Formats: sequence, structure tokens, C-alpha cells
Amino acid sequence: MSVEAHEIIPLPSNLPEETIPEAARRRLSSPWASFVVIVITVLWTIPTLGLLVTSIRPKEQAQNSGWWTFFTDPTATLSNYSEVLTGGSVIPGGITPYFFNSIAIAIPATVFALVIACMAAYALAWIPFKGSTIIFFAIFALQVVPLQMALLPLLQMFNKGWSLGPIPIFPDLNKAGSAQSLFAGTYIPLWIAHTMFALPIAIFLLHNFIGQLPRELMEAARVDGASHFLIFRKLILPLSIPAIASFAIFEFLWVWNDLLVALTFAGGTPDVAPVTAYLANIKGTYGAQLHLITAGAFIAIVIPLIVFFSLQRFFVRGLLAGSVKG
Amino acid sequence: MSATMRRRGAALLVGGVAASMLLAACGGSSSSSESTAAASASPAGSVAAGCEAYASYGTFDGAKVSVFTSILPPEQQKFEDAWKQFESCTGIDIVYEGSDQFEAQLPTRIAGGNAPDIAFIPQPGLLAKLVQAGGPVAAPEGVVANVDKYWNSAWKGYGTVDGTFYAAPLGSNMKSFVWYSPKKFAEWGITVPTTWDEMFAASDKIAKAGVKPWCGGIESGGATGWPATDWLEQIVLRQSGGDVYDKWVNHEITFQSPEITKAMDTLAAWMKNPDYVNGGFGDVKTIATTAFQDAGGPILKGDCAMLQQASFYANFWENFKPGTTIAEDGDVFAFYLPAIDDAVAPNPVVGGGEFVTAFADRPEVAAAQTFLSSAEFATAKVALGTWVSANSGVPLDTYANPIDKLSAQYLTDPNGTFRFDASDLMPAAVGAGAEWKELTAWFAEDKSTADVLAAIDAAWPAS
Repeated sequence: MSVEAHEIIPLPSNLPEETIPEAARRRLSSPWASFVVIVITVLWTIPTLGLLVTSIRPKEQAQNSGWWTFFTDPTATLSNYSEVLTGGSVIPGGITPYFFNSIAIAIPATVFALVIACMAAYALAWIPFKGSTIIFFAIFALQVVPLQMALLPLLQMFNKGWSLGPIPIFPDLNKAGSAQSLFAGTYIPLWIAHTMFALPIAIFLLHNFIGQLPRELMEAARVDGASHFLIFRKLILPLSIPAIASFAIFEFLWVWNDLLVALTFAGGTPDVAPVTAYLANIKGTYGAQLHLITAGAFIAIVIPLIVFFSLQRFFVRGLLAGSVKG
Repeated sequence: MSATMRRRGAALLVGGVAASMLLAACGGSSSSSESTAAASASPAGSVAAGCEAYASYGTFDGAKVSVFTSILPPEQQKFEDAWKQFESCTGIDIVYEGSDQFEAQLPTRIAGGNAPDIAFIPQPGLLAKLVQAGGPVAAPEGVVANVDKYWNSAWKGYGTVDGTFYAAPLGSNMKSFVWYSPKKFAEWGITVPTTWDEMFAASDKIAKAGVKPWCGGIESGGATGWPATDWLEQIVLRQSGGDVYDKWVNHEITFQSPEITKAMDTLAAWMKNPDYVNGGFGDVKTIATTAFQDAGGPILKGDCAMLQQASFYANFWENFKPGTTIAEDGDVFAFYLPAIDDAVAPNPVVGGGEFVTAFADRPEVAAAQTFLSSAEFATAKVALGTWVSANSGVPLDTYANPIDKLSAQYLTDPNGTFRFDASDLMPAAVGAGAEWKELTAWFAEDKSTADVLAAIDAAWPAS
């Protein structure tokens, strides 16, 4: 987020020579600041450590004593992980189908949102047309609509269709003579819903980034006869990689961790439900499956970690350096 | 084809044209009402081996029925096993979906036009709310016949909203139990009490022997206080009878009424009596701070004699001491919390359960709903263990677990006074709010009975 943040906020002109990032860097590199950062990091990591320790403890111990007693009485087992992966008494199918559902939901939802948002952001920032500012502010304002408020209308639209008077805006997708929508048992409603919910913030962030790109670049490209599409593909996309990568991380994590939207639009059956639904159900009717919940949680964060670490280098690299002379 | 149309069609057949044809189509079906579903599907005749019992439901090729419930794995597997035969004989694929977000998700899905075909609703109050909003469809005739045949009439009342019967009960649990240690009872020379007075005579005797006879714990995280509401309900039903209980639930009499005040006084002389509680934990106040899961622990050690808790408490004993046997001659067992006055409420039982509600009137849904209310399904499910049905068509011998058997015995008693857990029937602001909070304060802070009851009444939402 910080990368966009200092792109967006205009610097106050009456500051001394030192810019905000430099000042921040100087303050943060003092030994006291380092100490505070380390303490906070450790404190924030302790619960996760507790989860990790619980996930390798045998069921009886995980149930009956705190995770810290592990250090005085270390008994470790991988059986929790094998039960979660291959299925056990609680959910016989294991985590695998849910895991692939999550991937099948999160990747397209992220890609759709980014493709649409990038194009919209470029159009709003660099194609002059009447009302572009109003449209941009309308999209920006849509962020105030809470997702939860839109769930029900959207669900009705998917299942019953939606029309404005006689004009059908969204067709009624119910198969004839059946209560089941064509969407039932597919990922499609989730992709649409996640994309819609991501667009306002995505367009806003990317618009601010793309809008800050040097005007000279676009003008030079126009003089050379480049079309809007060529500019978008050859200039905007490569230059926006830091913003796209950081938003991709947020959107992917957000979709990966979502339970509410998935349960509402797709339901909790293993053919469509994501890994969060598995985690919510693994505790079972009688509760008390701490050892399985923690093991499942650690398996579930593998993909987000991969995504984070593989995309992270993009937004620390400044792609703009040296792109425009003088 | 809607349920009413189908019924009209069947009636026409019976009344006007060819009763004999219908009889032929029914084949060996035991009850003619069950054949409504069959009448719309293929007639009996070419029934596969092992499917004779399911012939009356008809066959449906490739039909799917979705079931939405709050019951999670591993119980899910037992449900699926119990209806497997039904699925293969009728061709109906029952798709099970469990969610701990059930109560929030169900109304959303109904409003969004994405209702499940069948839902297992654990609160009659939620059923009534859904009916008012529109969604549930009236139970098909087969279900009505099964409920009339197999259940205590109080159960049918909880599945009925505004005079229309919607939902038959599924599983049930029994809350009117007192857990005790048969070995310690023998040591103290006490026999299992069968009347309210005997129970307190036994309590006095144990107290004289230097042991606090009762233990209790009402701490349960965000739901702290719920076990205390059960205690109050047990007394109200036993002391004042089913009618007063129903009026209390409907707020026709208030918490401050003489009946409820009297029940609170009785409860005070029992669970707030310093001579009786809190065995193994300390003084009366520790009831509020002891987790309900832990409350039974002292019974195994002999520091406490009795604990009033529901049948599901059977699952907790293993936590205190692995290998604890639950049997009449074992480490721990339960006796039925006796009636106070048989003339007021004979064999009173407070319990809970789920209700099978349909949201679609397709014939396969009606067939599945009818099957779920049948004695055959209940028996098959009971045989898979740790599950109780109030369906009197289940032979008591099917229950492997003695507690389940005892629960079923009282739940299926046709002369018993069954009432649903009152706090589950009251508005959430009271039944899952003020009543929990105030009864906790009653124990923890010794808040006066009058103040507690007034505060609960004040929380009742204005309708």
C-alpha cells in the first residue's frame, strides 16, 4: 500500500529538503525504532506460532493443555496434517477438493478484476471524454457501499434475473421447470461477485497510479502514431507492474480468505466451496478439533504465502527510474 | 406440479374415477397417504431387490434434493449412510450441505431465490419467522400421517405455524437428566430418586455425609448462563404445567408473574442453596465461573453427587477420565429428573430438536421429506449411533447407548408432557440475551430475584 500512498499524496511544499520517505527512513533506522519494531513483530507472531505448535501436537494434548506446555513436554506428530490432507473421520474427503476450489475461485476472480480495472483506469486517466471525472468519482464513491448490503440483491439477480421495467438487465437463468439456476454448482457467480466487489477500489488505486505516469511518455507515443490500445499494452501495463502486483496480492488474499461471499453464492458443498468453508466445518458438530483446524489453517496459507513472496519483489522495484530523460 | 394440485388430483382419482386402480398402483404400501408421491411417479411392480420398503416413494431418475443444515461432519456421514438405500432405490440424489453459519445463511438464500430444497431447522422460532417471510411449503400428506402416527402431539405443534403444519421433527435431545455416579450412590446408601421429594431427601442425606450434593457450571463463553435457563424451565414445567409454560414462552405471562417467581424461589432453594452447591468447586458464586463442560468433573471424584444436564453431556465424561463407563452399573449414569406433581405435568420432559422443512414442492422433495419422517429412516439413523429420535416407531432396542435409550423412552412417551427448550422459543433478545445475563448475575452477584425478573421482562421486545 505504501508505494501508492506516497504516489497519491501530494507533498506539502513548505517542507525542508528532506522528503517524507527519507525522513521516515532516518527515523526508522534509529536503534530504538528497530527495537520497537522487533518487539511488535515478535508479539504479532506469537499467536501464529501458537497455531503452528498446536497443529503438530497430538489431539489429546491440543485439547487439554495450552500450546506453550509443548516446550516442557515436546510431543510432535504429523498425523494432524495427514488427516487434513487425506481425510479423516470428520471430513472424509480431506482438504484437497476445497483447496483446488479456492485456487479456481481466486485466480480468475483476481485476473478479471485486474484486467477490467486496468483498462478502466487507463481510460479514465488518459482518454479525455466528457463526464470522465464524474464517472471516476461515482466509481470511487461506490466504495462506501458495504459488500454485505449487495449480497442479497446480487443473489436475487443470479437466481431470479433482474429487469428494469420491461427491459431485462440480467436474464432469468433458471432452467425451465426447475428451481435451480444455471449457475448452481459453478464458480461463475463467485467470479462475478468478487470481481464486482473489487472493482471500485481497484479502479481507484490503479487510476491514481496510472494518472501519475509522465504525460511526456503518452505524448511521445501519440506522436509516434501509437493507438490507445498500443499505449495501454506497451507503456501502461509494463510501467504499472508495481501497482498491479500489489493490488493482485490484496485481491488474491481477499478472495482466498473469503467465506461469506462463497457460502452465499456457491454454498458449502465440496464441489464448489473454498478452503475457508472446509476450515469452518472441520471443527465438526461437537467442536473440539483444534488440532485439525490449526493444521488445516497452515495448509491453507501456503498458497497466499507463495503469491506474496513471488509478487513482492515487483513493488519494491521502481520501474519508472530512467524512463524519461530530463 | 404443486402439492395442492397433486393432492387434488389424487382426491379426484379416489373419489370419482377408479379407486381400484389407485389401490393397484399402491401395491403393498402400508399407508395410502404415503402413495401420493408414488402416484406421480412410476407404479410399483418392477421393484429392485432390497427396495421393497421404498417402493411407495416412487422412482425418480436423476432427481436431486439439496439439504441444508447446521449439523456438521462427522454426523453428516451418518445421515448419508442412513439414506443411502433410499437414494439407490428411488434414484433421488440427496446433496448434503452443513454450515455453522446456517441461521444467517438460510434466510439470505431464501430471500435471494436460492433456497435449499430441505432444511433442518433447529429453532421453531426461526421456522415461524421464515413462514411469515414466505418460503416453507406445507408438509405433504405422507409427512402429516407419519407425524400423527409416531410423535407426541406437542412435537407437531412446534412444526406448525398459524394452523399449517410444515415440518416434522428429525433428531431430538433430552434435557431432563440428572447425572450421578452409581458407585458413589451405593457408597452413600442412596437409591435413584423417582420423585422430586426423594431427590431432595437424598440431597440432604449426602449433605449430612459432608459432601455437597450438587454441582453446576453455567460459564459458556458468549452463551454464559444457558444451563441456568434450562434449570428454570425444568422447574416451571414441573411446577406449573404445560399451559403455563406455553404462556410464558409467548409472553402471555411475564417473568415477574407468581408462577415464574415461585419457580425461581424453588431454584434458589436448590442450586443457590449453600448446603447443596457447588460440590468440588466452592461456594454458590462459582457456578457462574465454572464452565459447563467442567461442571461434571467432581462427580467422578466423589466431591459432588449430582449434575442436572442434558443427554449430550454423555460426550464430556471421557474428557475427565479416559475410559469412563456410562452405564447403570458404570462410573457415571443419568436418571430422569423427577416430576414435581403428576397431576400438573405427568412425565415432564424439556428438550430440543430439528425440524425438516421443505422449500420446494417437487415430488422428489416430498418423497425425501416423507422418508425423513418415517420410522424406517429414524431406525436406520439410530442404528448408526449417538443420535436420538422422538419417533416412537423406532424400537428401543435399536439404541446401543443406554443414555440414548433412556432419552428415547421419555421422549416417545405418548402420555408425557414434552416442551421445547423455552429460551430457544423466546425472542433472541430474551432467550439468548437478557435471560442468560441476568441469571448469571443472579448467581455471580447474588442479584435479587425480583430485580433479575424485572430486568428480563424489560428486555422483551415490544411487538
